[in-house]
Amino acid sequence: MDLLKRIFVKVGVLPFLLVALIALFSLAEHRFMSMSNLLNVGRQTTYLAIVTAGQMLTILCAGFDLSVGFSVALTSIVTSMVMVSVADPTTAMLLGILAGIGTATLVGLANGITIAVFRVSPFVVTLGMLSVAHGLALLISSGVPIFNMPEQLNTILGLGRVWGIPVPVLVALAIVALIWLLLSRTRVGRYFYALGGNREAARLSGIAVRKYTALAYVLCGTLTGITGVMLTARVASGEPNLGANLPLESIAAAVIGGVSLRGGEGSIIGAIFGAILIVTMRNGMDLMNISSYLQMVVMGCLLIFAVVMDQFRLSMKGR
Amino acid sequence: MSELLLKAENITKTFPGVKALDNVSFDLRPGEVHVLFGENGAGKSTLTKVLAGSYLPDEGQIYLRGKKMAFKNPYDARSRGVSAVYQEFSLVPKLTVVENLFLGRELTKHGLLDKEAMLRQARESLEDLGFDLNPMAKVGGLKRAERQMVEITKAFQEKMSVLILDEPTASLSDKEVIRLFELIVRLKGEGVGIIYISHRIDELKKVGDRISVLRDGRNVATLDMAEANEEKLISLMTGRDYEEIFPVINTTPGKVVLEVQNLSTVTGLHDISFKVREGEILGIAGLVGAGKSRVGRALYGLEKITGGTVIMEGYAVEEPTPIGSLKLGVMYFPADRHKEGLVLCRSVRENQTMAALPLFEKRGLIDLKREESTVRGIVKKMNVRPGRIHKAINNLSGGNQQKVMLSRGLTREVKLFIFDEASCGIDVGAKREVYLFLKEQAEKGAAVIFISSELTEVLHLSHNIVVMHAGAMAKTMPGKGASEEDVLSACFGYDYQNICNNGDGSQDNGSVVNSIEG
Ligand SMILES: Nc1ncnc2c1ncn2[C@@H]1O[C@H](COP(=O)(O)OP(=O)(O)OP(=O)(O)O)[C@@H](O)[C@H]1O
Ligand SMILES: [Mg+2]
Repeated sequence: MDLLKRIFVKVGVLPFLLVALIALFSLAEHRFMSMSNLLNVGRQTTYLAIVTAGQMLTILCAGFDLSVGFSVALTSIVTSMVMVSVADPTTAMLLGILAGIGTATLVGLANGITIAVFRVSPFVVTLGMLSVAHGLALLISSGVPIFNMPEQLNTILGLGRVWGIPVPVLVALAIVALIWLLLSRTRVGRYFYALGGNREAARLSGIAVRKYTALAYVLCGTLTGITGVMLTARVASGEPNLGANLPLESIAAAVIGGVSLRGGEGSIIGAIFGAILIVTMRNGMDLMNISSYLQMVVMGCLLIFAVVMDQFRLSMKGR
Repeated sequence: MSELLLKAENITKTFPGVKALDNVSFDLRPGEVHVLFGENGAGKSTLTKVLAGSYLPDEGQIYLRGKKMAFKNPYDARSRGVSAVYQEFSLVPKLTVVENLFLGRELTKHGLLDKEAMLRQARESLEDLGFDLNPMAKVGGLKRAERQMVEITKAFQEKMSVLILDEPTASLSDKEVIRLFELIVRLKGEGVGIIYISHRIDELKKVGDRISVLRDGRNVATLDMAEANEEKLISLMTGRDYEEIFPVINTTPGKVVLEVQNLSTVTGLHDISFKVREGEILGIAGLVGAGKSRVGRALYGLEKITGGTVIMEGYAVEEPTPIGSLKLGVMYFPADRHKEGLVLCRSVRENQTMAALPLFEKRGLIDLKREESTVRGIVKKMNVRPGRIHKAINNLSGGNQQKVMLSRGLTREVKLFIFDEASCGIDVGAKREVYLFLKEQAEKGAAVIFISSELTEVLHLSHNIVVMHAGAMAKTMPGKGASEEDVLSACFGYDYQNICNNGDGSQDNGSVVNSIEG
């Protein structure tokens, strides 16, 4: 009991939830534990994992980013528009990918500057940006999906494998490794933790608080862009409504993974496990034929539950 | 012998990995001040938190007027007459002073908040305590000393039989301290028992009736104040022989490091001019609100400068900013470690190196090994306990947190130190270490601005003393030969002798700060 309590205080509810869910699903549905399904879970996790990594950076800085959802959609539209307008497939792909990631980075930059320099609440800014990005995506695409993209995009970035491992999984692993390095071994990471934990103390220690806060949103934007490109490759079309669930799911994943909404606390590994948990949950519920409406209810509850447990953990630490 | 008011028997309390209280017994008589004394981390605050219902003890019993009690929470304790002022505050920053004072026990009229009555009562209480505070001010915007006042006022408003004061004077200046002591005397007359914690020994002798010394979570002695002298207390506290607290600082000031001419700020400082030289310690004294902190803040770039010049090593600084100041070799330590000094949820190590990370970089990455060994060295040198550098700094006792913050000055090269209340909340042993640290830095040639509301230390350490009054410099005097009275009369802006004679019953308390002899 004491051990369980210690684990809870240290890393949060995540391990308990994950074990409980896996047990539940493997009992309820024999297909859940099959190799092909597990691979499927792995592949699906990658997209959420990358966005969660970005989301986590903003949460560490005591903010969050709601715009990740339609920033993905905007990326998807920009990427596909550029790709269909260039003839040579290789050039088209390169330009499209750069344009897509660039767009999302710009969205992040706009978020970052507004939040850091004008000190507006991240909630308002990124909520507004969510609408802006969605509107732009719909405007550019006239609300219809864009097809006829180079085939290699789907075969390489979407379905391709290197050394037997799906490309998206490799990309996600590389990103997670980089973010891990950033957070644990570089100045930037330390500064994120410091300014999220106590902005004033960080400022007095000579940390360029505004610059680094903005940087967190920029990085979040870039990672969102990468996700947007890879999702576009996966569905082989530009979709103006892609990623609508991402804000909720990425925040939930980070928080369940022990990243504190108060800022300054959390690890990338935890956040990634949070993403795994959410995807596992979705997958298990799909297998059990639970309607997507009910799934929404469950997801919302899960987020609230996670935040409550986070608060509870804080009080246990103190006592 | 009167009945005991409060009695605690064999209290034990452990935190993960630390036995904060080990079989401690403690009692309190009505109408007495029982002092708790001990090193940082000895368990004083933990004991008071157990007594006031914030922590549940692992073992042991608490009796209130002979009846066994188990407080479920601080609210429960308060409703039974145990009221507390904690070392780390429990105010809501977004609310005003009045709102905080009445939090949880708001006055109502016909079911609506009776704002006028609350405001009136708040004014009365503040006035009663002699605290010069605007009751409508937001607590978040107040200084540490002012928040301390709100916290004290809050406790004094309740009907109580036991009052716990955990380092109430840590950032107050003499004016408020004198008043606080008068009120303590009044409460004693009403039969209230007071548990009083402070690291200022001279103060303890004035207010205390009995004193208990804690060391490593154990109660090593309980004495009558009359039997206790400084040497005895310190050796009981440390378990070692007594050592002189104030080191002799033998430096001859050299080149001018910082020169300030006619500085004024938006916050109301004006006509500030002084020089600090290499190896010189410039003390800044003054009452709360006199502007002594603002001088430090303005120089570091935390307050907008509206006029005058700041010349650092011959280079005129247009508009100081923290980043720029650090680059010029100015290091500032804020008075409020929680608000501006430390990132509480992060580790000791990260807090220690926060302002000097670039120095630990190798090819863009932080050299964790070197960082760790540096931090371990510093933690050992400053005697931070427990020295577990990967643990969140929140788990350290107040004084140890302070030491970690100050030791930031050891990780980079500093030409000018600005300390604002450097010894706030640290024990006598640690104060000595801080003073030695000052001495070492001054002897290495650093200039030091030492802002403090504890007059004794300003008098003992400074080469020169600037006394602030109402946002301006009231007086500048050499530290050698300056007497407490000189400084105090400048502090109050008029002849100090006067208030002593006007003070009711405070004549012998008149000078709250006696120099520590020895
Ligand atoms: N919440 C906590 N979690 C873990 N350890 C704690 C916690 N609070 C206190 N401690 C530890 O308990 C011990 C006693 O701490 P306490 O705060 O009572 O000291 P103190 O005597 O009040 O010191 P100071 O003079 O510095 O205020 C210390 O070793 C401290 O590190
Ligand atoms: Mg304490």
